[in-house]
Amino acid sequence: MAVESVLNLEEVTIRLAGDSGDGMQLVGTELTNTSALFGNDVGTLPDYPAEIRAPAGTLAGVSGFQLHIGSFDIHTPGDEVDVLVAMNPAALKANIKALKPNGVLIVNAESFDEKGLKLAAYTANPLEDGSLSGYQLFRVEMSSHTKAALRETGLDFKSMERCKNFFALGMIFWLFNRPMEYTIKFIEDKFSKKPLLAQANILALKGGFAYCEATEAFVNKYEINPAKLAPGKYRNLGGNEAIGLGFVAAAQKAGLELFLGSYPITPASDILHTMAKFKNFGVKTFQAEDEIAAVAASIGAAYAGDIAVTTTSGPGMCLKSEAINLAIMTELPLVIVDVQRAGPSTGLPTKTEQADLLQALYGRNGESPIPIIAASRPADCFEVAYEAIRIAIRYMTPVIVLSDGYIGNGAEPWLIPEVEQLPAINVDRHINKDQFYPYQRTEDTLTRPWAIPGMAGLEHRIGGLEKKNIMGTVNYEPENHEYMCRIRAEKVHRIANEFGPTEISGADSGDLLVLGWGGTYGAIRTAVEHCMKKGMKVSRVHLRWINPLPNDLGDILKRFKHVLIPEINLGQLSKVIRSEYLIDAIGLNKISGLPFNSKEIENKIEAILGGSNGHRN
Amino acid sequence: MAIETEISPKPLTKSDFESDQEVRWCPGCGDYAILAQVQRTLPDMGIPKEKYVFVSGIGCSSRFPYYMNTYGFHTIHGRAPAFATGIKVANPDLSVWVISGDGDSLSIGGNHFIHAIRRNIDIKYLLFNNRIYGLTKGQYSPTSEIGKITKSTPMGSLEHPFNPLAVALGAGASFVARTLDRDPKAMVEVLKAAGQHRGTAFIEIYQNCIIFNDGAFTQLTEKETKLDNTILLEHGKPLVYGKNKDKGIKLDGFKPVSVSLTDGKHSVNDLLIHDVKSKDPVLAFIYSQMTEDPTLPTPVGVFRAVENNCYDQDVKTQIAFSKEKMGKGNLKDLLHKGDTWIVS
Repeated sequence: MAVESVLNLEEVTIRLAGDSGDGMQLVGTELTNTSALFGNDVGTLPDYPAEIRAPAGTLAGVSGFQLHIGSFDIHTPGDEVDVLVAMNPAALKANIKALKPNGVLIVNAESFDEKGLKLAAYTANPLEDGSLSGYQLFRVEMSSHTKAALRETGLDFKSMERCKNFFALGMIFWLFNRPMEYTIKFIEDKFSKKPLLAQANILALKGGFAYCEATEAFVNKYEINPAKLAPGKYRNLGGNEAIGLGFVAAAQKAGLELFLGSYPITPASDILHTMAKFKNFGVKTFQAEDEIAAVAASIGAAYAGDIAVTTTSGPGMCLKSEAINLAIMTELPLVIVDVQRAGPSTGLPTKTEQADLLQALYGRNGESPIPIIAASRPADCFEVAYEAIRIAIRYMTPVIVLSDGYIGNGAEPWLIPEVEQLPAINVDRHINKDQFYPYQRTEDTLTRPWAIPGMAGLEHRIGGLEKKNIMGTVNYEPENHEYMCRIRAEKVHRIANEFGPTEISGADSGDLLVLGWGGTYGAIRTAVEHCMKKGMKVSRVHLRWINPLPNDLGDILKRFKHVLIPEINLGQLSKVIRSEYLIDAIGLNKISGLPFNSKEIENKIEAILGGSNGHRN
Repeated sequence: MAIETEISPKPLTKSDFESDQEVRWCPGCGDYAILAQVQRTLPDMGIPKEKYVFVSGIGCSSRFPYYMNTYGFHTIHGRAPAFATGIKVANPDLSVWVISGDGDSLSIGGNHFIHAIRRNIDIKYLLFNNRIYGLTKGQYSPTSEIGKITKSTPMGSLEHPFNPLAVALGAGASFVARTLDRDPKAMVEVLKAAGQHRGTAFIEIYQNCIIFNDGAFTQLTEKETKLDNTILLEHGKPLVYGKNKDKGIKLDGFKPVSVSLTDGKHSVNDLLIHDVKSKDPVLAFIYSQMTEDPTLPTPVGVFRAVENNCYDQDVKTQIAFSKEKMGKGNLKDLLHKGDTWIVS
């Protein structure tokens, strides 16, 4: 056995890249789960092409999975890559820029043949022309080694070749001292009906591990200690799955059945997939003929007394606007999830963006106020989904949940909440028949009663035409329309009375406040914490509700000399904040389909504060 | 969740279904007659008033729910079947009626129309067909004839019209019927049959628009011409029609032809016998095509009424099965599912 030195690392970022048929997302997810179970904190960034199957070996077909493993509470999938595994020349070409100087580069050397190089449009072999001299390059004949490991199985060569992703994973497991037992169990479960394939993948995994053990190829081995997370029971949770769980939890707490109307769209479909498995919780999932039918059926279900949700992504959101306005007019509880992706139009379907904020706020005809809540990270999606339903029912209003592809596809450890401690969701159907009017309102929340078909004596008509306040009959009087427009706005405004004081990370006044929302959470937090350590007077607020904004936000903003708003769009929250509070917010905007690196934000903070500490990174 | 209901204390009457809202259709509009027949029929269905839900889209006809003293939802253009689907799936115990027009159902809402029928959701679907756009003041509709001169087609419409019954049958409709706004007795019969059907019950109602398409169905509704131009489909009976019941429909290959019962060449034994329960939709489709042939009478009545699985019931059954198989969902177990670890 080789004697290697073991380096203890606080954190490491690994990126696995290959052809979209190479199973990189699969092994990436396995590495994530194993690391989470090992006790590390993890953050992930899956990055895969929109094409179902681009030609093998081409740049368009490269699929990557990035994983940040930490021995402390980490917030991002990592800025720079420490270890890159490239299964072919195209994967190398597409990902090499992300690798740190002197980073570890493991390549499947056999794929760098004439054909592979040509597909990736390399004019010279990068393994031989010296262009990779700035990295620790390890050439591994992964295909041959995998075949050798599987020789006894009797599988054909093509099937053997397909196991090389597990060979690569085995190498990573050795390199980072990860236990293989969880993955072996996973393989056994996944291929329970195909024992030969289970055996082959396990052999490949062990083969990769043994290869590293035997060959002395690597000089160093790494260790990342378990992270010190808040005590409690954890599981690894993805953003889209968390939304599904949050919805089911809310329905259970409210004692109602749940209806999800949806039409498949990337990257939101996994919410539908998750919830379709919850039929024994009384969950009805309806795959509609289109986005409009999906939201319409959900509104129908809300009208008839179910907890109703609809899930989609940007272009689907556009189609739902008219029906959302009907839900606003009829004041019915409904939750609409938009897992944002890069637009406009079909845009970059598999890439992330947070550019639907203005659509969510204003993308409908007339004065149509709607509460908007934004998830900041994968595990946060649970609470956000739950809270959205609580507010929708308490205020009889549709609520938009904004997530994004980065959050939805990402995963992280989740501190499992106690069911008993989830906030109560009260559904009050004790409606006085003798004094019932469909638009009579509760004093504090301005909520109208949720009388549902089947309740005798409460028969009434609702619809998209303007209604007379209290009575609920069709009404065209100018004064009534103005009153109703104002009351619908006031109802949404009053939701802010539910929020506690806004949480400020850092001092409550200073030189710079970084104001964020949604999936920029981790990058902003990491950047601000670094700057604080450097002694800068920087604080941070991350908004959960964007409509209504917190009552105390205006005062907070005015206590800072500068306000910086980083967003994965061209300045949508900035517009809102500038117009709402008349402050000169500075935007930091990125619109490349990728999340922020924390460094990018750190650099901007330092630039604003005049390059504190004498240098800029 | 249990929904609070009570059995209505006394038998219901037409007036129980009349809301306090003033009906505002143009004087002479065919919608009045349809409203009256629906209000007249519902008390006989044996369903408590609070279980009725009327769902509509946009258009003149879609004001209908406001005039019914039941639960009602006036929704957005063309999407009523989708809303109705959500309502019925949420609570299969309700009697859900969709009210729509030819533009609403077949133009903007064509997609939802066919998919509701395909799923065979247990809803009653009344399509008011006046072959014109009324609410937007007189443009041609998807059922207007070729050459129709309207505000938007001053030189005549170039589009082939939809045959609503053929579209419904093509989508797999388990119940289709046609009736006329000026034939209240026949309409009540058709409404009753629809009310008893389990599944999507689609009724096309020829309806006169007095302002923009007056007289479109005169041949079918006026005393002098009616009996020679329509034929009432009755289950188990031969297809006889005419003022003096002296004509009938027989099949020549796949083509229906009109024959005289008095010229000595044909007798009633040669005629088609109507079978609403035929599993095969071919005859119903042939009847639907008779509308296109000026030499043949227009069939009215129930074309087809066959039993088939209903989506809303199947959803309910699947949920019950899932609870039986996996056990009623336990939230705590769900949250703790999969690999977990404890940080102390």
